[in-house]
Amino acid sequence: MKQKESKIMLSHGSGGKMMHNLIEDLFVKHFNNSILNEQTDSAILSVSSPIAFTTDSFVIDPLFFPGGNIGKLAVCGTVNDLAVSGAEPLYISVSFIIEEGFPIADLETIVISLAEEAQKAGVLIVTGDTKVVNKGKCDKLFINTAGVGCVKNGNNSITKGLGIIPGDLIIINGSIGDHGMAIMNIRESFNFKTDLSSDCASLNHMIHEVLEKTTVKFMRDPTRGGVATVLNELAGKVKLGIEIDETALPLKSNVKAMCEILGFDPLHVANEGKVIFVVAHEFESEILEALRNSEFGRQSAVIGRVVDNHPGKVVLKNETGGRRIIDSLSGDQLPRIC
Amino acid sequence: MKYVDEYRKKDLILSVAEKLSSASKKEIVLMEVCGGHTMAIHRFGLTALLPPTIHLISGPGCPVCVSSQHFIDTAMAYSKIPDVIITTYGDLIRVPGSETSLEKERANGSNIRIVYSVLESLEIARKNPDKSVIFLGIGFETTAPLTAAAIIQAEKDKIPNFFVLSAHKVMPPVMKALVEEGVKIDGFIAPGHVSAITGTSIYNELVTVCGLGVVVSGFEPVDMMQAILMLVNQIESGVPAVEVQYQRVVHSQGNVIAQKILSDVFDLRDDTWRGLGVIPRSGLKLAEKYASFDAERKFSVEVPESTEPKGCICGSILRGLKTPLDCGLFGKKCTPSNPVGACMVSGEGTCGTYFKYRS
Repeated sequence: MKQKESKIMLSHGSGGKMMHNLIEDLFVKHFNNSILNEQTDSAILSVSSPIAFTTDSFVIDPLFFPGGNIGKLAVCGTVNDLAVSGAEPLYISVSFIIEEGFPIADLETIVISLAEEAQKAGVLIVTGDTKVVNKGKCDKLFINTAGVGCVKNGNNSITKGLGIIPGDLIIINGSIGDHGMAIMNIRESFNFKTDLSSDCASLNHMIHEVLEKTTVKFMRDPTRGGVATVLNELAGKVKLGIEIDETALPLKSNVKAMCEILGFDPLHVANEGKVIFVVAHEFESEILEALRNSEFGRQSAVIGRVVDNHPGKVVLKNETGGRRIIDSLSGDQLPRIC
Repeated sequence: MKYVDEYRKKDLILSVAEKLSSASKKEIVLMEVCGGHTMAIHRFGLTALLPPTIHLISGPGCPVCVSSQHFIDTAMAYSKIPDVIITTYGDLIRVPGSETSLEKERANGSNIRIVYSVLESLEIARKNPDKSVIFLGIGFETTAPLTAAAIIQAEKDKIPNFFVLSAHKVMPPVMKALVEEGVKIDGFIAPGHVSAITGTSIYNELVTVCGLGVVVSGFEPVDMMQAILMLVNQIESGVPAVEVQYQRVVHSQGNVIAQKILSDVFDLRDDTWRGLGVIPRSGLKLAEKYASFDAERKFSVEVPESTEPKGCICGSILRGLKTPLDCGLFGKKCTPSNPVGACMVSGEGTCGTYFKYRS
């Protein structure tokens, strides 16, 4: 790009020539689509069905991590929120809040990631905004997004978990805790020598295939708070119990090892490329086949089932035959002292 | 995963359980001293596998839980001094003091940072020469050597703005105090990581003076079941002894280098244990040689007399006299999101463990 300066300055957000150049040389260049290129105050969109509409903010530290960066994460997070609502993601907005002095080269890397991930997911970045704040007024770079997707008939109650009955299966599309532990490993300077990386991925194509092939009663992406939080919310909502089988949980050995060392429960660790599905038990093979056809679902597994007992509670059967209640987290997970 | 999976094998656990059933005749009470053991017992549902003759009670081995309210209140007072950075292990951040907690003080603007190792505190001190960095040192013989090593490093590297508020404690005096107080205990399951540092001779007095057996145990379910079996065999044969179940880690001599560092940097002092009162020679204070790193000597703060929260029975729980289920606050007014007593805050506190693993 042609920017003369190497760092973002307040003038880049002031509405003048520098901001115009930044938009042209960076955002329009990489996001490039006919709606955005109009550079109107609002993007004018045509949608023929009911829409799903979501918003999210991304403040991850560090901005770059194994498996992605804040840009890729912003697209994946927004796309997945739409997809698990039964929507086909179509359009997203991207707004940046940038700290004065932020390297423009890093910004371009992030913008390129946003563009590449949007292309993979098949969504258009149609509108956006840039604000630059004084040094110290924000931590390097924050991104806010919104997303719009169309909801096909029959999928509009998928977030509500209607019709869930005892015997239904709980399924996940792969290993848990990868994102949270990958971030923790670099953020807290543990420097465990491991190839652990974030599972950050746009799952809309995989979810589309699943919805084409089978009937799903409920979907949710277990991001912050992990699998435990999603299942607790679901159990409370449908007033039934959920039983999880610890031996069935897909868990990478390096994630398991880090969790053991720090005293963390992987069920509480964040994911960015996982979905929990609830399906009737007769659809088990159909959904597993559809999931395993996707690169993001090879390790899909049935991890538990809905039960009559202990309504509103999630119970884990552990590897030694013991049982324990899995709660939502009351705060951050804190590593043990000894 | 090596060193974990093989000690969680169901058939192995059940085979020890079977041996226990035939070996245990007398009705006995065993105390698992360490919070890590309490957690493992509940996490793996071990009580259900024990014969009805064996009763387990939880001891005072959770460092967060036994740190006195005065210590927390002092830390809070330090956090309000201008240009002070408080560094702490995460567990302490939500412990309620008399009026507030470190978490709430951080929201009020105090500079309080969570660290994973005391050496991070040293780094923070190095990078902020114009600030005073006070590390809240808690933990037993397991964590105290790390604090000691950081202090030695600070002296070597001439870092004058690094300080430690020590609430470090040692294990044997409190175990002896519980027995002398009359708590019914027939044997101790002792923490493996403590003996990895100290060796096993620290428990000899419990055998010779109190006539109680001590088995130093690992933290996996097979370890714990085996440790209980070893204690049962001692009790049934009437020969109490100090034995090591955790042989893959613990040597009878312990870690001699860590012991030297500990005795070099710290002196024993009488110390207050939350809910238990003052126990002679049970705490560690910085030795005279390292006085310049001692926060208590450097900063004087007014700390009002501490009050224990009303209705909280942490003291009786830490003595093994009561369980959290006997507490009127448990699970109602006192939960992990809103802890009244320290035993609910830590992941290894008895109340926190009961709450997490209730079923």
